[in-house]
Amino acid sequence: MKRWALFIPFIIFSLLGFLLWRGLYLDPKDIPSALVDKPFPDFALPTLVSGETKTKSSLQGDVHLVNVWGTWCISCKVEHPFLVELAKEGVRIIGVNYKDENDAARQWLIDLGNPYVFSVDDEAGTLSMDLGVTGAPETFFVDANGVVRYKHQGPITRGNWAPLEKIWQSLVTESKQAVQP
Amino acid sequence: MMKYVVLFSALLLSQLSYAIVDGHEYIFDDGSEVENENRAQLFQTLAQELRCPKCQNQNLSDSNAMIAGDLRRELYQQVKSGQDGESIVNFMVNRYGEFVLYRPKVNGMTYVLWFGPVALLIIGLICLIVIVRKRKQSVQPAEPLSEAQQKRIDQLLAKDKGDDHV
Repeated sequence: MKRWALFIPFIIFSLLGFLLWRGLYLDPKDIPSALVDKPFPDFALPTLVSGETKTKSSLQGDVHLVNVWGTWCISCKVEHPFLVELAKEGVRIIGVNYKDENDAARQWLIDLGNPYVFSVDDEAGTLSMDLGVTGAPETFFVDANGVVRYKHQGPITRGNWAPLEKIWQSLVTESKQAVQP
Repeated sequence: MMKYVVLFSALLLSQLSYAIVDGHEYIFDDGSEVENENRAQLFQTLAQELRCPKCQNQNLSDSNAMIAGDLRRELYQQVKSGQDGESIVNFMVNRYGEFVLYRPKVNGMTYVLWFGPVALLIIGLICLIVIVRKRKQSVQPAEPLSEAQQKRIDQLLAKDKGDDHV
């Protein structure tokens, strides 16, 4: 047998070792959303504050963040102040109040501020199931055509907004370009 | 206790079937006896083969995460109303991605997963055969005996024969 062939087991070991080592630093919770690049699911739900029924058509024409939240969710409380800031900066956020008590949710918006254009009341969790939500908070980036373009799991904060802002900006630019010609 | 008595008598009297998942009984009574039995089995199978999207290493029947409870209910409704397994699996995959399948579909992305172990086994076997064959070929035939050795053997044999007569 040739000398170099003796190194084959070592090379295989090194490759496997490298793969496993990489695996240590991957986030197993980072699951690609099945919904990315698919149209936002249809829904017809009452809003939390006015009770008026909203459908998917209210998402069309503008870029939106769709934020799934609940008063029972601790991380939602963490991200809430930043959502209020974003709303002031002109980011249109639509809330999906996920399996929550309406009174508690309304009180939350009064106490902590309301960053949402409107929040739909998804008490049964049907819209959230169609969205593939596994917990709150989750935020979907929906383009002006009502197509989901990105999904963020976990709270959005000042710290992790920078890369997300790029996605938001690119969607906004895209929607403006679509209008101009 | 009463619950089980009622359940048991109901089982004897009617055509319903039931599955027990995570300590709850799920009753299937919308179809014929055979259909109900099949649905109960399908429910049991899917509750074990579908993965809870929130928790990493539990299936729907094991997990007590909120989402797993919701999905069990959804699964139950769909199975009870007579949906077939494939459309239910598609429903889940469309929402939660391939991640929810403990038994992933066979496609371009999962070939390595499905056939990798078999391929490795075959490669291993081939290596083994090649090595064994090479070894066999490389074994040298024994060197012919020298004259002195041959003489000694003859002497010993002759001596041996002598002993036989004793």
